[in-house]
Amino acid sequence: MIDKSGAALWPGLAVVTIATGYLIALLAAERETVIIALLILGIVAVAAAARLKLLDAVHGSFARHEDTLGRFAIVAALAVAAFFHDDHFVMLLLTTVLLYSVATLGLNIQIGYAGVLNFAGASFFGIGAYTSAVLNAQTALPHLLVIAIGGLLAALIGSVLLLPVLRTRGHYAAVVTIAFALLFRTFLEVNDVFGGPQGMQVKGMTMLGWSFNDNIEIGGVTLSLYMNYFVVSLLLLIGVFVLTQRLERSWIGLNLDALRLDETAAACFGLDIARWKTAAFVVGNFLIGVAGALFAMVGGFVAPNNYTFEDSLILVSILLLGGIGNPWGVVVAAVIVVVLPEKLQAIAEYRFLLYALMVIAMLLFRPSGLLPRSVRRYFPGQPS
Amino acid sequence: MTALLETGKLCKRFGGVVALDELDMAVARNEILGLIGPNGSGKTTFFNVVTGIYSTDAGRVRFDGADITNAAARAVYRAGIFRTFQRSRLSLPLSIFDNIMIGDHKRLDQRLWFNLMRRRAFKREFEQACGRARALIEVFEPALAERMFEPVAGLPMIDRRRIEICRALISEPKLLLLDEPSAGMTHDETAELMNDIFLVRERNKNLTIVIVEHEMGVIERITDRCVVLNFGRKIAEGRYRDVAADAQVQEAYLGVA
Repeated sequence: MIDKSGAALWPGLAVVTIATGYLIALLAAERETVIIALLILGIVAVAAAARLKLLDAVHGSFARHEDTLGRFAIVAALAVAAFFHDDHFVMLLLTTVLLYSVATLGLNIQIGYAGVLNFAGASFFGIGAYTSAVLNAQTALPHLLVIAIGGLLAALIGSVLLLPVLRTRGHYAAVVTIAFALLFRTFLEVNDVFGGPQGMQVKGMTMLGWSFNDNIEIGGVTLSLYMNYFVVSLLLLIGVFVLTQRLERSWIGLNLDALRLDETAAACFGLDIARWKTAAFVVGNFLIGVAGALFAMVGGFVAPNNYTFEDSLILVSILLLGGIGNPWGVVVAAVIVVVLPEKLQAIAEYRFLLYALMVIAMLLFRPSGLLPRSVRRYFPGQPS
Repeated sequence: MTALLETGKLCKRFGGVVALDELDMAVARNEILGLIGPNGSGKTTFFNVVTGIYSTDAGRVRFDGADITNAAARAVYRAGIFRTFQRSRLSLPLSIFDNIMIGDHKRLDQRLWFNLMRRRAFKREFEQACGRARALIEVFEPALAERMFEPVAGLPMIDRRRIEICRALISEPKLLLLDEPSAGMTHDETAELMNDIFLVRERNKNLTIVIVEHEMGVIERITDRCVVLNFGRKIAEGRYRDVAADAQVQEAYLGVA
């Protein structure tokens, strides 16, 4: 009953290994033709695997051996980082992927579990970022604390939206958040305290006297300065990932699903709708704010143009592409959405067009995303 | 003995439509009460007002010695009233187990720290919950117990109704409000479901049930007593055979001039 035929470990290991190798090849490729060839190869390979029912084996493998495969995925991420250890550009890109994943996991708690639509994700990301900019310049607070404050401020300012979000449902709540996203950008542009449209510099992160903005020298090998940020971001993502999964596999995850699917019925089953929606919205914004605060230190610069409504849509498209409610899907989609335009400079100009096309294609052909969420398993290997 | 559920001059209006008109109802402990009446006579409105989905315009609702007039839906649930809906309201993407456990909200530990950080303790509670859900569903349909972690989306109507009843019973309510349990089912399925409800009664004699139903055969078989509504008013009350013979009731149903 527990061990189904497709639940061997090796399909999962094989897929993570192949994906890692593929990602390294894609990131290392310089010539446009090679990159396009690799992309076509990737799409064909995935389509073929789906046709041959190989993906089902992978799915079973992940369901049964999630803990082992999770650890293996961490090793794989470190392997990719080791391969590009002295490449600033790639390391920055990888760090961006990690932090976008964290932010989208926050959004996933709101949209994916509680069903509270939030189209102001980039604004909350921006609140975290500006918190870093101001606090790093004006105070000597430890930077880990600054990151936490960034998250708290995002959650706090987000609470302003709670009243309209709780009083409205579905699309109407979404419109409230869109209005907030537009207001937020204007607010930043007209406030000289925050540098106006030009934005502000952000001081790099230091921890216990260790400056993150210096390259690392170990026994004659130079590591990119972004390796510092990569490691911190990876730790953050692992923590948030594990907590997201535990949340989904608990009575709280069940509550959130129940109120998303049928609010009236959920109230009749004793759920405090306002409490759970509030909790999901606040926690989600906190995570987005934390990611934003750290990202500002990575990039070293904040400006209103980085936190627009369009950027919020990027976060939502990562969620839609990956598969709403599935943290694995979020990470895979973050890789695609962040890396693709950077590697294909020819289409970078058209990246919003690309995202829009991707989302439309997803909704038409695979509405539950690349890696759809499966029925809740409270513990790995639980009979199903 | 005092009534378990009692309403006094309960009123509910929707604009100019009077859905409940000074309704006095008393549901005795441990009885099965049939609530019947033509379409639009206020049966479902009565459920909605009692369970806190609608607020009352006037009148009182007392349950088990406490005043629950205009209480929030979740407070009514905690007091021990559980209802089912006319239209099946299962969460289709969720598993059978999930759908049943939603009904046991008040017994599950809802604290964030417990759910996220104390996974060992959570696992113990989860295993107990599994045991409870399995024991309950095996009464109705042992085959479903083997499929507890499959989504309910693929199940036939009769199984969905069974799961809804399990969801209602898992929290061991004092009063069960069944809103047209036979809706959308065939004659045979309805008969099966009624046997299930009898089973429930045999297992738990302390359960009081109010059932809204259009299948008069069902009402005749299972109810101890009936209340007939028309235009939000009670027009008859008593054993099914007696109210069915009542001239006013026949007029309400058949529109005899």
